[in-house]
Amino acid sequence: MRKRTFKGLAIGLVAVVGLAACGGSDDTATEDTEAVTEETTAEPTGLACQVTDVGGVDDKGFNQAAYEGLLQAQSELGVAVEYLESQGDADYDPNLQSFIDKGCDVIITVGFLLADATKKYAEANPDVAFAIVDSGTSAANVQGLTFAANEGAFLTGYMSAAMSESGVVGTYGGINIPPVTVWMQGFALGVKYYNEQKGADVKVLGWDIDKQDGTFAGNFESLDDGRNIAKTMYDEGADVIFTVAGPVGLGSAAFAQETDGKLRIIGVDKDMSISDAENANVYLGSALKGVTAAVFQAVQDALAGTGGGTDYVGTLANGGAGYVVSQEIPAELQAELDEIQQGIIDGTIATM
Amino acid sequence: MPRWFDALGSRLNRMSSLVITLLAVVSALVVGAVIIILSDVERLGNGEIGAAFSELATAYSALVRGSVGSLRALSETVNNSTPFIIAGVSVALAFKTGLFNIGATGQMLAGGLATTWVGFVMDGPAIVQIPLALLAGLVGGALFGAIPGVLKARTGAHEVITTIMLNYIASFTILWALDTQLFQRPDRSDPISKFVSDEAMLPKVFGFIGLGEKFPAHSGIIVALLVVAAYWWFLERSKMGFEFQAFGQNADAAEYAGMRAKRLTVVGMVVAGGIAGVAGGIEILGRYGYATQTFAGTIGFDAIAVALLGRSTPLGTMFSAILFGALQSGGREMQVETDINIDLIVVLRALIVMFIAAPLLVKAIWRVKSAQVSTGQTFKGWGS
Repeated sequence: MRKRTFKGLAIGLVAVVGLAACGGSDDTATEDTEAVTEETTAEPTGLACQVTDVGGVDDKGFNQAAYEGLLQAQSELGVAVEYLESQGDADYDPNLQSFIDKGCDVIITVGFLLADATKKYAEANPDVAFAIVDSGTSAANVQGLTFAANEGAFLTGYMSAAMSESGVVGTYGGINIPPVTVWMQGFALGVKYYNEQKGADVKVLGWDIDKQDGTFAGNFESLDDGRNIAKTMYDEGADVIFTVAGPVGLGSAAFAQETDGKLRIIGVDKDMSISDAENANVYLGSALKGVTAAVFQAVQDALAGTGGGTDYVGTLANGGAGYVVSQEIPAELQAELDEIQQGIIDGTIATM
Repeated sequence: MPRWFDALGSRLNRMSSLVITLLAVVSALVVGAVIIILSDVERLGNGEIGAAFSELATAYSALVRGSVGSLRALSETVNNSTPFIIAGVSVALAFKTGLFNIGATGQMLAGGLATTWVGFVMDGPAIVQIPLALLAGLVGGALFGAIPGVLKARTGAHEVITTIMLNYIASFTILWALDTQLFQRPDRSDPISKFVSDEAMLPKVFGFIGLGEKFPAHSGIIVALLVVAAYWWFLERSKMGFEFQAFGQNADAAEYAGMRAKRLTVVGMVVAGGIAGVAGGIEILGRYGYATQTFAGTIGFDAIAVALLGRSTPLGTMFSAILFGALQSGGREMQVETDINIDLIVVLRALIVMFIAAPLLVKAIWRVKSAQVSTGQTFKGWGS
């Protein structure tokens, strides 16, 4: 099923009317990037529904990854799928209610911010299976899908510190919630580990390990915010920035593109050099979260009736967390990264 | 000229502006239909034009079903319309006074934050706490609205600039406030407030006859209707309402007639801000039960379109708010039923406003021959 989006048109028209003239944003996330799925002719074996957070299914990151898991379930398990995009907190409840009314067999909610609403509707509808990405189980019919995102972030932090020429790297988050800060913490610890190993003094902007606080855009939408934060950090000397804010990071990548390769970006959730292909050259790597596989698994578990009340945790060891790097990094650095990865899996290197 | 002739003429004129409004809505739906068909690249490419049209029919019928097709849909429409009505009246009243209030969002945030505070420091009884919380919203919004009013009266700073900028100030102030111990929910690290007490939540409209489950609309709509009635009374029956309108239509003449321009500017913004603050409070007590940085969403901006579409009249503003609320809930159903994204609703709303702003275009398209048609309320431009 192809989904059409009207974001570009909507924003264009609003701008024409002039009401949004003072808050216009560069919307570059308009193209359809959904995977083409095979049409299945068999009768659907169930209805799997997904409520996204504000990024929407075309955010090139987190929400899109979750939607791809749903599409995979459609083509491989033969389930029918539906999604509803939340445009703000106000949509969580009515979106969930719509899906309850529609008779969905399994409802996947995407994001920590939907945790309260998910719990509420799960308790009120014990016959429907739920799964929530980025939050633990909260009821007997809710499967929690969480990720040790710090493990992949640790490796990209180490890699960033090694690749930085200025000795300053940066990171920022969307909103100060655990599933975001876990990345930033892992990244900063990776840099710290590099400093300890190499006797270096690479600084991290945007996350303070001691205070457990840092820089946040305050949203998961504004490309302008991503551009501004990246520019500020670049002005303060950072030459690698790890963005943990969904589409906000696309703004940072667009800014990095203007610096002629002086500023590099580490993407989040998906391999951004593929998702954000037009800016592929600015990505030094990406820290990954296996959302697609987890969602697919959750649909499967829910149909089998085994998911409720359990927690899935994606780690480096089970492939639910990871990282990718650009081809350009030196072979010896790659060898060090492989060694550290093994250390994390063995438990000899702490990433929390 | 006999008097009845004048009366008839003015009635026809009023009719024609209603006709133009309806035609603008129809025009927007037609253009929306064209967009739906043309964006269905896959089917058009396969030459399945019939299928594309049947998808269109499904989409528009889902739009109707999702907004008024069931008790729950109707209830959703009511809940969506409530903040549009109140914030719409705020913007409309400012329009009538010749002020362009783009700051309804900021005023909603300020009011909502005050409401939230009263909501969690007290624990009932509802009969005391709800009015008190909404009063706090009114005061919060009014104080925040007073700033651009005073700035304009004292320094001539244009309210278009100051209200837009104050939106940012409100947004970041609430972000800061939600991070303080006073407001932040103890077990969270992100900016989100404590829950208001159960007693403070607005009861369901028909909860008292056991219909709360089937028809979960909250009683904010009653407040909204009271606001509309008060707005009507204010415009038609009160001396100050008359002054506001005289000032809005011709500030110089009003001043010449002895009205105090500066006072009217400040009071106009205070009242508009207070009403928007109530809209914020209603959202907190009716919908969320807690405050976040974004709880006001785009309601404050949509309210401008609501007031324009309703030509700033009490009933017009109410009906256009209901239309916007219905589109919102219908859009959800449309997204479930078809593969059309809810963003189409934003396109439809923008088209409606565009056609309203261009009455001559609508007249030309539909070949309406009527006397003069205005674009509704006008307000003073730059440097005036």
